[in-house]
Amino acid sequence: MAEFDLDADNLAARRPLSPHLSIYRPMLTMLMSIAHRITGAALYVGTILLVWYLLAAALGGTPFATAAAFLRSILGQLILLGFTFAFLHHFFGGIRHLIWDSGYGLDHPMREWLALGTLVASLSFTVVLFVAAHLLG
Amino acid sequence: MIDPAPIHASSTIRRFGAAKSGTRDAWRMRLTNVALLPLAVAFAWIVLSLAGKDEAGVRAEFAHPCTAIFMLLFILASIVHMKLGMQSIIDDYVHAARLKEYTLMANVMFSIGFGVAAIYAVLKLSLT
Repeated sequence: MAEFDLDADNLAARRPLSPHLSIYRPMLTMLMSIAHRITGAALYVGTILLVWYLLAAALGGTPFATAAAFLRSILGQLILLGFTFAFLHHFFGGIRHLIWDSGYGLDHPMREWLALGTLVASLSFTVVLFVAAHLLG
Repeated sequence: MIDPAPIHASSTIRRFGAAKSGTRDAWRMRLTNVALLPLAVAFAWIVLSLAGKDEAGVRAEFAHPCTAIFMLLFILASIVHMKLGMQSIIDDYVHAARLKEYTLMANVMFSIGFGVAAIYAVLKLSLT
């Protein structure tokens, strides 16, 4: 009776479901994989900022002045910094996934290098892009 | 010759088995991944050139066909990519049937809503 409870909710609760991360020792490849998903979700939310900016620019006048002032503020700059890092991390992570999809880079030393490369490239390009934006702007 | 429909469980997979259109999402994810490599670079380039610009400067930037077209292509590829990405997050973490249905719906609506609003803004900026 208790072992063959066909109630759908109970079945769903007993089925092994993602995420079950607690059984793994944290590793760089795993952390970069998690970061890929988190940055993807962050970019999803970040599209609100992009739409706000584009609509404000299309409308012009006060809406654009408000959006531009927000992006220049400390909070705006912090959000832009986070957006830039999320964008670049997801970009380099995407290249990593393409390499894997083509069947390369799945062996042990290579996947560690790719994980490290994703981290180093995204951090350094964040600095480069942010400095470039401030030099241009 | 047409395969007769199996009426019993079989260990042999016939034709596409249960796959059929099941690889469509995986294909679209890879397609938009490849497309977004150059488009994301173009997007970063556009954002950099917009940095610190006033209203007239932004308008002048979008008046250029390349800026408008690459921005529109980036938005289109992004809509598909972000919809599929959020869909797999929902598939992984949302298990209550009703809530899953609503979050999947909200995902489609948000992605299309973002896309339409962004495309409208780019067209208005570049064409008026």
